[in-house]
Amino acid sequence: MSADLTLILPEIVLAVFAMLGLLGAVYTGKDALAPALVWATSALLVLVALWVGLAAPETHTGFGGMFIDDGFSRFAKVTLLLSAAAVLAMSEGYMSARGLLRFEYPILITLAVVGMMVMVSAGDLMSLYMGLELQSLALYVVASLRRDSIKSTEAGLKYFVLGALSSGLLLYGASLIYGYAGTTLFSGIIQTAQTGDVSLGMLFGLIFVISGLAFKVSAVPFHMWTPDVYEGAPTPITAFFATAPKVAAMGLFARVMHDAFGNAVGDWQQVVALISLLSMFLGAIAAIGQTNIKRLMAYSSIAHMGYALMGLASGTVFGVQAMLVYLAIYVTMNVGTFAFILMMERDGQPVVDVASLNMYSKREPGKALAMLVLLFSLAGVPPMLGFFGKLYVLRAAYEGGLAWLAIAGVVASVIGAFYYLRIVFYMYFGDENAEGLDGGKSPVLWGFLMASAVVMVLGIINMFGVEGAAAAAAASLVN
Amino acid sequence: MIGLEHYLTVAATLFVIGIFGLFLNRKNVIILLMSIELMLLAVNINLVSFSSFLGDLVGQVFTLFVLTVAAAEAAIGLAILVCFFRNRGTIAVEDVNVMKG
Repeated sequence: MSADLTLILPEIVLAVFAMLGLLGAVYTGKDALAPALVWATSALLVLVALWVGLAAPETHTGFGGMFIDDGFSRFAKVTLLLSAAAVLAMSEGYMSARGLLRFEYPILITLAVVGMMVMVSAGDLMSLYMGLELQSLALYVVASLRRDSIKSTEAGLKYFVLGALSSGLLLYGASLIYGYAGTTLFSGIIQTAQTGDVSLGMLFGLIFVISGLAFKVSAVPFHMWTPDVYEGAPTPITAFFATAPKVAAMGLFARVMHDAFGNAVGDWQQVVALISLLSMFLGAIAAIGQTNIKRLMAYSSIAHMGYALMGLASGTVFGVQAMLVYLAIYVTMNVGTFAFILMMERDGQPVVDVASLNMYSKREPGKALAMLVLLFSLAGVPPMLGFFGKLYVLRAAYEGGLAWLAIAGVVASVIGAFYYLRIVFYMYFGDENAEGLDGGKSPVLWGFLMASAVVMVLGIINMFGVEGAAAAAAASLVN
Repeated sequence: MIGLEHYLTVAATLFVIGIFGLFLNRKNVIILLMSIELMLLAVNINLVSFSSFLGDLVGQVFTLFVLTVAAAEAAIGLAILVCFFRNRGTIAVEDVNVMKG
């Protein structure tokens, strides 16, 4: 029993911290405490990330197999904890300046992070569902954090309705899998689900679960909430949506596919490959007409999730490794890009129009150069790190026998490069007379932008060892 | 004799009614919340009937979790809806359209 509790100690620490923070803030200064609470939460998330990341590389299971602590879950946890900490640190200045900083914000983010940590460690359909719901319920609320804005509450409402629908689909699939496998444990399901011998009921369950998970990673055809939620939510929260929840949902996706259906790869491979293909193309094509940079980033994240799914679709150990490397790179790029977007303002008001970046390089050459590096990396232009991420998943798909998917990925990446390069064009060769932006003066955001850009360049040497860690993580998941 | 398949049919029917309620309803966001609830309850029927058929309690434990989460979800949904109503002055589904997605 106490061994089980030791296993979930990081989650317990975060949950207790959230509850104490809630009590402390309610009984004392309420929102006056919010900035301190944001920094404290951010620091705690980093500490927990170090704690999880430096743990012994062993696999433990707890609660009768419901909770799995292995290399894969630790890799995903470190990535999502660090990205959540980065987003919290970036949001304090922006939200304080606009009177948005309520003490509930860091608490809800902490609870969402606890949910994500449970998701990536789930070893049972029940712990999967509880983790997913803890994450989703917290995110519905933060999406509508700006209570007095139509856009923010509409974003929250849309996210809630479609998110609840996806939970319903996932749950219906879970109930069918339980009925036909006779157990909710992944370790039991994998013995029932053998390639070519999956019962029809179980197959239906699998498809429902994939649809539910595709909603959470915003893959086509379940992506329609993404642009609206990204546009409507306050920008720091959009930054959060684009990073940690994506890692957690992809981690959960890989966990279910390999831990529960690892013996039936042939039955889900084609479905995952198809949604990967559709996501890459829709993300690349629909983003072309966007003028709002937040909507553009929404379509960008749809396309990136398509690439990450390509790694998963290959169904191999290398595929999972490629997916993890891709996600780590994606999160780093997005933190930097959103640091830039958070600095886009005119007369103290946030601006999201792409055209406002006209001739940005004249006024802010340093920041424009950093953004250029990040955009090249997002587009997958060599020699930036983003290119190597794409190379990894393409190779995984090719070696997994999905050469057609790899070729389609290259084509989609070429189409997608257009809209990233269009922003570069505005920044360097745009209209001289257009109304520009003020120089943002936040040192924190500047630091994140520069750090992320430097990582994109220096990372090509050895990827800071992420490769080896991802390989170990993938090996612990697929067996 | 009422067998497992009868229960599954009822659950599937309720689930499909819930999904259609979500997509075909053009009137009121409250009806969306009711449809979501219907879907989750259909899942509960599924879980309980499987649990009884398999002679395994796990399904019923799962149902209790689903019921609890559904209550929390309804509370959050209504709270967001109230905030939306304060800003927009309406809860008609066709008025949830400030952003076109």
